Amino acid sequence: MPDTVVGTAAGPDRALSVHRTHEDRSRAGADEMVQLISPEGERLEPRGAAEEYAGHVEDVTDDDIRGMYRDMVIVRRFDSEATALQRQGELGLWASLLGQEAAQVGSGRALRPQDYVYPTYREHGVAWCKGVPPKTLLGLYRGASLGGWDPAEHNFALYTIVIGSQTLHATGYAMGLQRDHAVGTGEPDRDTAVVAYLGDGATSQGDVSEALVFSAVYNAPVVFFCQNNQWAISEPNARQTRVPLYRRSSGFGIPGVRVDGNDVLATLAVTRAMTERARSGDGPGFIEAWTYRMGAHTTSDDPTRYRIAAEVEEWKLKDPIARVKAYLARTGAADEAFFADVETEAQDIATELRTACRTMPDPEPESMFDHVYAEPHAVVDAEREEYLAYRAGFADETEGAGA
Amino acid sequence: MSSTSLGKAINAGLRAAMDDDPKVVLMGEDIGALGGVFRVTDGLQKDFGEDRVIDTPLAESGIVGTAIGLAMRGYRPVVEIQFDGFVFPAFDQIVTQLAKMGNRSNGHTRLPVVVRIPFGGGIGAVEHHSESPEAYFVHTGGLRVASPATPEDAFWMIQQAIACPDPVVFLEPKRRYWDKGEVPDGVSLASGEAPLPMQSARVAREGRDVTLLCYGPMVRTCLAAAEAAAEDGTADIEVVDLRSLSPLDVPTVVASVQRTGRAVVVHEAPLTLGLGAELAARIQEACFYHLEAPVLRVGGFSTPYPAAKIEDEYLPDLDRVLDAVDRSLAH
Ligand SMILES: Cc1ncc(C[n+]2csc(CCOP(=O)(O)OP(=O)(O)O)c2C)c(N)n1
Repeated sequence: MPDTVVGTAAGPDRALSVHRTHEDRSRAGADEMVQLISPEGERLEPRGAAEEYAGHVEDVTDDDIRGMYRDMVIVRRFDSEATALQRQGELGLWASLLGQEAAQVGSGRALRPQDYVYPTYREHGVAWCKGVPPKTLLGLYRGASLGGWDPAEHNFALYTIVIGSQTLHATGYAMGLQRDHAVGTGEPDRDTAVVAYLGDGATSQGDVSEALVFSAVYNAPVVFFCQNNQWAISEPNARQTRVPLYRRSSGFGIPGVRVDGNDVLATLAVTRAMTERARSGDGPGFIEAWTYRMGAHTTSDDPTRYRIAAEVEEWKLKDPIARVKAYLARTGAADEAFFADVETEAQDIATELRTACRTMPDPEPESMFDHVYAEPHAVVDAEREEYLAYRAGFADETEGAGA
Repeated sequence: MSSTSLGKAINAGLRAAMDDDPKVVLMGEDIGALGGVFRVTDGLQKDFGEDRVIDTPLAESGIVGTAIGLAMRGYRPVVEIQFDGFVFPAFDQIVTQLAKMGNRSNGHTRLPVVVRIPFGGGIGAVEHHSESPEAYFVHTGGLRVASPATPEDAFWMIQQAIACPDPVVFLEPKRRYWDKGEVPDGVSLASGEAPLPMQSARVAREGRDVTLLCYGPMVRTCLAAAEAAAEDGTADIEVVDLRSLSPLDVPTVVASVQRTGRAVVVHEAPLTLGLGAELAARIQEACFYHLEAPVLRVGGFSTPYPAAKIEDEYLPDLDRVLDAVDRSLAH
């Protein structure tokens, strides 16, 4: 049990320094990771932890895999378009999902229409799977809105910037589902699961621990989907945890599993398993998707200040899209024409996104007074009137100057 | 003296405080190798080591709560909250624990913790990155709240905040991080003397007709407004940089308003129950017979901070300040 002796071996200096020289112990669980397609694109015989989950994708056809490939290519393409738009000054910020396509598409494709998603700010691929048009995601990043979409339209909650908060909202929503008898009825179109997305850094937040407590004690139908992309801005995973994250949930009474987050099929399998558990009334689950953030944290971040290029290179070899492509090509399940069609479709979507971004109107300034309250509020209403009168004063001046 | 940006001046102040006192430790998210998202702690971990410049887990309540424990053990933690909107997960620790422990222990426990928060808008950020939470902290007895407006003040005030035996919420005007000014070289609070105590306001510009009361990011805006009014010959404006929001330097404010007879408070935070409301009340108590006009306020609206594309309409600018000055003078 080397974990338990940390910090107690020698004097105070050693006690302080051990924590930063120890290797990333959270990698210890990598061998217990569910994987179904190898980085080289080979379909693996399920072994170990994977055996338990493989059954959940037995029905998956090559057509389904082609569909997931298509999703990932499109999602990567519109993500890179958004990054370019930020560079050109069209977006104030963008949080890229590059490298996390399989984690998002695999989990997103496991969901039923009635399932409800609580995202962070990077779940563009899950949004795609839930039918949210990519352009809908841009307002917040362009500075044109504070979110702006109706969560109920696609069962996709607003992006959440304050780390970890959404895990509690997801849990509360799941508690509501229980009350509404939308869990454990055995009716496939009725039973509903909630999936809360979070990062590895987020697991340090008190809110997340509280969400684990609530969901466990109320047996709420919520699945925590943690994308461990190894970094929380500049802080490595080891700065957040000394135990593999997927093991943490068991202390709360919630089963946890680590999946190769760059393997879309494995991610689909574990998410299907966990959401099915939740829908059937067996309670919450925790998934740690082992993946990597290939780009910067956001467009305002400079990762060269804190991580080495070799690490990025290593993860390039595990690319989530390349391995599915290799699988499809190797097995003859897809031909060049298919890959070319997908490229074209992705390009069209990117072009559409670009136009939508460029032509997105700025909000009317007085819109800041809208929707602050559901019912009239005298102070806000008075401020709006004052503001409009003040603005009107400028209009008079310009008219006067022109005359 | 050398010309330095406000952000770098805070860095220099932190460095000086760490040199002066080995008990000073910095804590926060990404403050080590990255130097913080605004680079305010740039290079400090390299020079002082990971034990004194501590990259913390992503947990604000944890950061402030453990800082309280460290302070009880004799350390002087300076914690960085990455953005204003992320202080709320730590709000409980700040207002219910940090603020009250000294009082509850009959003065036996003092918590010299500094909570640094880059605050305010104007940088085109997404939501939760542009807020002005000062009123929540000023409203809480047991906390001191200060906000520098110039690099020189930033350099001295961060050291004063660290040296202070009370908890200090230190609000850094993030959109002024890149503003330059003269900062002394080769001195620290241990070796030199700050020109002004942290709790004192400063008359940043003298004038006869009306007093502008402001702090942090709005000081530059108000000075620009005063210059514009001087050029136009419309008004001779006095600008008071409050510097300390708790305690408020009421005597300096009152002296100024008694001279000019008019006061306009300017801040980015919403007007409702903001600093402006407090100042207006104090001024009318102390200056009733000197006032030529009601105390006016210019500030943010009583709405959530809006999307970046329209934040310029929310934030007080030169025109809105001068409009208020005109209305005051019209009385
Ligand atoms: C409460 C809070 N504190 C700090 C931040 C600033 N911040 C934004 S993202 C981030 C890192 C998040 O890391 P992780 O949870 O691993 O998610 P990732 O971005 O890597 O997907 C930080 C510190 C925030 N948004 N909210």
